[in-house]
Amino acid sequence: MATAIGVMTHAEEDTGLWSWLTTVDHKRIGAVYTVAGFIFFMIGGLEAVAVRTQLAVPNGTVLDADRYNQFFTMHALTMIFLAIMPMGAGFFNYFIPLQIGARDVAFPRLNALSLWIFLGGGLLLNSSFFLGGAPNGGWFGYAPLSSIEYAKTSGMTFYVVGLLTLGLSTLIASLNFAVTIINMRAPGMSMMRLPVFIWMVLVVAFLLILSLPVLTVGLLQLYFDRVWGTSFFSPATGGDPILWQHIFWIFGHPEVYVLILPSMGIVSEVLPVMSKKPLFGYSAIVFAGAAIGVLGFGVWAHHMFTTGLGPVPQVVFSASTMAIGIPTGIKIFNWLGTMYGGNIRFVTATYFSVAFIALFTIGGISGVMHASPPIDGHHQDSYFVVAHLHYVLFGGAIMGIFAGLFYWFPKMSGRMLDETLGKIGFWIMFVGMNLTFFPMHFLGLAGMPRRIYTYDADLGWDTWNMVATIGSYTIATSVLIFVINVIKTMRKDKDAGDDPWGGATLEWATSSPPPAHDFDVIPEVRDRDPLWYDRDHGIARAAVPEHNHIHMPPPSYFPLIVALGALLIAVGSMTHLSVLGLGAVIAIYGVWGWALEPTD
Amino acid sequence: MGGSRPGRMIAIIASLVVTGVVTFLIYLAFAESLDAVRQPMTTFVPKSDNAELVHGVYKLIFWLAGAVFVGIMALTLAFSLMYRERPGQEARQFHGNSRLEVVWTLIPVLLVVAMAVPTFSTMSVLTKPAPEGALQVIAIGHQWWWEFQYPELGITTANELHLPVNRPVSVTLKSVDVIHSFWVPQLSGKIDNVPGHENHLWFTPTEARAEPYLAQCAEFCGLSHANMRFRVFVSETPAFETWAKAVKTDRVAPSADLAKAGEQQFTTSGCIACHTVQGNPTAAGKIGPNLTHFASRTTLASGTLDRTPENVRKWLSNPPAVKPGSLMPNLNLSPEALDKLVAYLDGLK
Repeated sequence: MATAIGVMTHAEEDTGLWSWLTTVDHKRIGAVYTVAGFIFFMIGGLEAVAVRTQLAVPNGTVLDADRYNQFFTMHALTMIFLAIMPMGAGFFNYFIPLQIGARDVAFPRLNALSLWIFLGGGLLLNSSFFLGGAPNGGWFGYAPLSSIEYAKTSGMTFYVVGLLTLGLSTLIASLNFAVTIINMRAPGMSMMRLPVFIWMVLVVAFLLILSLPVLTVGLLQLYFDRVWGTSFFSPATGGDPILWQHIFWIFGHPEVYVLILPSMGIVSEVLPVMSKKPLFGYSAIVFAGAAIGVLGFGVWAHHMFTTGLGPVPQVVFSASTMAIGIPTGIKIFNWLGTMYGGNIRFVTATYFSVAFIALFTIGGISGVMHASPPIDGHHQDSYFVVAHLHYVLFGGAIMGIFAGLFYWFPKMSGRMLDETLGKIGFWIMFVGMNLTFFPMHFLGLAGMPRRIYTYDADLGWDTWNMVATIGSYTIATSVLIFVINVIKTMRKDKDAGDDPWGGATLEWATSSPPPAHDFDVIPEVRDRDPLWYDRDHGIARAAVPEHNHIHMPPPSYFPLIVALGALLIAVGSMTHLSVLGLGAVIAIYGVWGWALEPTD
Repeated sequence: MGGSRPGRMIAIIASLVVTGVVTFLIYLAFAESLDAVRQPMTTFVPKSDNAELVHGVYKLIFWLAGAVFVGIMALTLAFSLMYRERPGQEARQFHGNSRLEVVWTLIPVLLVVAMAVPTFSTMSVLTKPAPEGALQVIAIGHQWWWEFQYPELGITTANELHLPVNRPVSVTLKSVDVIHSFWVPQLSGKIDNVPGHENHLWFTPTEARAEPYLAQCAEFCGLSHANMRFRVFVSETPAFETWAKAVKTDRVAPSADLAKAGEQQFTTSGCIACHTVQGNPTAAGKIGPNLTHFASRTTLASGTLDRTPENVRKWLSNPPAVKPGSLMPNLNLSPEALDKLVAYLDGLK
């Protein structure tokens, strides 16, 4: 037993709470990400239901203006940073090593660090509700409304510090995933044999690596403005509020693709397996995904068509935005091509995947519509945009995540989710989602602006608002059914087997759930669909050698310690220098111990 | 159905029927939201030249969007029915088709070009400077009300913009605090009021009418964003000129005792610090709306209340209760003071 710096030793436990706190196993980390993300998804959902309840009738009295602003701001922040991204990160963690035939990610302890920082950041952001009020300036935090002059509560400081913390976690994770995918592929898995899901994760990782630093700079400037009285964004003292919008959307638009590309990847895994035929146009889908990633950096100002950009930027950003519809269209056609000529097994994961195609298409169409600046003059900041973004993020990202949950739950838990409950839940969610979000198109066309906590009765907006509110309760019901399904499933014996769907990718070539070392023998990859190739060519799984020594990284306390230090630095930056100093000491101690920790 | 050739036909027909019915129902619901009487803030009934121009592109893009929607829905549904799992059916193994990839890359390219050309030609008109002789208006966003200045006419008003029909109006957009957005759906798309910047838009209203065009701030601007409404009255030129002349005059000096006492109260309660009443030399504040012709407006509190004496009293007795966050504080006015102020304000025709 080696000791690091005399005090800390290796964590030893395999079970119990301490084993989870010190784990560096990508599967455990992925599971915690997924569960935490789902809990935040339900919190964000409750915020949405509260917002919808307030808007059910004209002149509603359920929430006052201030609470309404906090709820819609936190709904967006929660869903984007604490629900969709972490649930995606859960899948990335769990399935990158399994799908590329590796035993873990490249930097297992960094992986644990990103998890703990994420959890700390999520708790920090939500604690604002109890500490003087949550952020209330929108997830976009437009200057100068976010300045100390116009946002006097600590809410927007929580926003700055919370997003900086979460950004740190995401940046660490993205680097880790990118390195893992590039370096740790099993023998024979060339880049063009990567599963599409992994390709999409790689694109997402690069989107985040390139866009998060921009947001970080913007947030630091906002922090300086709010806390130290600088004036980057305050026009009264020579700053420019439009600068913030550019900085925010250079991050914010790639972020949209960060949210949707993983689900595109999941659907590209589920559809071929359930159709029992290879993905149609693999390279077209991969290149289209990469093209979306690249173009995604050139469209940010379409969020700013109404700010007075001038004709040239409007034309350029309008053209680039319309152009992004082309790779998106290619993807949709290729998914349909995958279904064509198949023998499609309609399990719950298939329902969610097919619904993804239909609903994401609606969001894509409306997105191309307001790529036209004159049209955007009407759509911008109206409910039409609310409808659009929810068709992309609920109809797209969330439907894809549910497809992934049903598809991969057997691998993660060894148990099949109940298909009957799954299909009932799917239909309720499908109906609820369309009831909630389709009428918002009509509301937007009827001139209803976003982010208003109240509206008058004589504007003709009452009917569709009521329908949308009923829809939101319908969605909540379907989520509850899913939770019941999971609880019910976890109480039964393991019944999934290694490969319940007849999968094509490597994660199905190991037990469910997989052993700590993932594969007894690292598989050799001979085709884009390795398991189908081996099946069709009668190649048996490699035998396990008699003395199979597999070295796995030991558990570690240090990620937790560094994360605690980072959290205290964050808290200290809002409270007192001494807390910040303590955090810095703890973080440095953690990094030191980490560096000296023996790795065998 | 599905496996055999006639089965496939049935699947295709069923998909088309379902898609058709769904699309028709959506169209009906959509058509409902175009009625300017029931939905006075509709974006689909243009009443200005530029709004009409935008509407042309708008319709084209809606039709294109509808066609794509129908096509993808019908295909998704048809493939789901035709190729769902059946005993004895084998999935056909193929990896793709280069010719098809080219075709369906070209389809979105063509759609995008079909959108882009009319979009850019419309923008070339919208972003031109306003025509010579346009009426100049400065629209200033405040938390949470609108100030309208007519620099050529030397008048200032609040929350109710009056325009003559068939004369171009050039609106300069400014803000004194945070970002707001000027949006009169029937007359023009929105442009933001950005502090430290000056934005412009122009349009020519084409229909004079008694009812106002309803409008509302479109950019989230804080606590009472929802309560930052305004109205645009478009009238025939003589009526507009009469209005402009009336608004330029000083306030009608109060004659009744109560109203006279009200003018006194207006000073003692500190109203003058924020509000201008031309002709009342003590009242020259610039922070709040100009109240010289308050009683000629149809609403108060930024379009959220009809201007009745009861509502004026309700507003004065506790402004933040009507408009959360209102910069006008609760002055804890006595009932007598309220009586006087209501009478005074009611006389400011």
